[in-house]
Amino acid sequence: MTRTLLLVGTRKGAFMVDGGANRSTWSVSDPMCEGWPVHDLQWDPATGSIYAGAGSPWFGPAVFRSDDLGATWTHSSEGMTYGDDGPKIPAVWNVTPANGSIYAGVEPAGLFRSNDGGATWSHVSGLRDHPSRPTWQPGAGGLICHTIVPHPTDPKRMWVAISAVGTFATEDGGATWEARNHGVAACFLPDPHPETGQCVHKLAMAAGEPDTFYQQNHCGVYRSRDGGRTWDDISAGLSSRFGFVMGTHPRDAATAWVIPLSDPEAGRYAPNGALAVWRTSDRGDTWERQSNGLPQEHAFVGVLREAMSVDRGDPAGIYFGTSTGQLYGSTDEGASWALIADHLPSIWGVQAIEVD
Amino acid sequence: MAVTVILPRSLVSLIAGTARTTRVEASTVREAIDRLDDASPGLRNRLIDSGPVLREHINVFVDGEQASLDTAVGADATIHVIPAVSGG
Repeated sequence: MTRTLLLVGTRKGAFMVDGGANRSTWSVSDPMCEGWPVHDLQWDPATGSIYAGAGSPWFGPAVFRSDDLGATWTHSSEGMTYGDDGPKIPAVWNVTPANGSIYAGVEPAGLFRSNDGGATWSHVSGLRDHPSRPTWQPGAGGLICHTIVPHPTDPKRMWVAISAVGTFATEDGGATWEARNHGVAACFLPDPHPETGQCVHKLAMAAGEPDTFYQQNHCGVYRSRDGGRTWDDISAGLSSRFGFVMGTHPRDAATAWVIPLSDPEAGRYAPNGALAVWRTSDRGDTWERQSNGLPQEHAFVGVLREAMSVDRGDPAGIYFGTSTGQLYGSTDEGASWALIADHLPSIWGVQAIEVD
Repeated sequence: MAVTVILPRSLVSLIAGTARTTRVEASTVREAIDRLDDASPGLRNRLIDSGPVLREHINVFVDGEQASLDTAVGADATIHVIPAVSGG
């Protein structure tokens, strides 16, 4: 029996929310990962292992690993360092299995790779060797490498996103990286169209089209059809240009979801207290507001960058968590929504997986 | 020389094989942490940041006096490892 699990990272530990085979009733686990702040969780279907990217204010960064669906965990940050003279690393913000390795995006922004299931880590130094690095500046969440998107078939190709620096891509396995932000505004800078300095919040690849990307940025929503080399602004029709999450459909490259939030200098919560997810079915040309079942009054909640996930069901399920601890889900591609869990710690990451 | 190391409960629950109170052979705080890491790999990374220095919010006391990695420890000294009182 295949069941849907939601891996939920919060400010105070990770949780597993089990939706069973039909995604209609959900049960919430006890806290995992020793109550550490957990930014992101991912599952490696090749091995069945779950990984959690975390950072403790006392004990530093770590990637936790569970080989038994969360019953027991190990953790390591061995080798996760910029050297004794380099900046200290407080947290792991993203963990992504790819091509037999595990990648970790950290703060301050950089990329590490493990070839032994997370036991030891080595720096993918080419990213921080990019000539723009002396100009990298943090966003409100820090200078963080928060998104890692591997190419589905070519192990030499990968994209990462850094706040507030922008999108980068490698085509040589991480040795060298190219900034890919042309057409994306940095609306908060004197020069709104620099090579880097864009505040990308989330990057998602379209299903079956490895060169099609959707991006939620501080300054708008964008689409690329050439692997991020150029971007088109697709914000028209949305209630706000600002937001954090970006989700893509598991089979339809034209469908994606965002959650617009109020102006970044005016709360960053559901506009007018009415919570809604917005869906495009035509690659961002038009948007549809989806709020059936979501609170439409006094819901001044935020949704952070890792806190949305789309499962592979048919119809696809969509899940998001709020920074005030509510977990919402839809099993009909956003047409209707239900509260799955409440009273969790501030939710930072949501990842839907299907396991046997 | 043998010293006593007292670890916080949050660290003991995090790392298999550790105990609240352990006797190790060491002449500095750093050596004491190294000996604990020998027995329980990964412990050093939880306490020591690049530099190397103690992590920002980890306090170590030797016989009641605040200490650093290089602080010498005498025979039968007691090393307390205490996370800073912080958070919300």
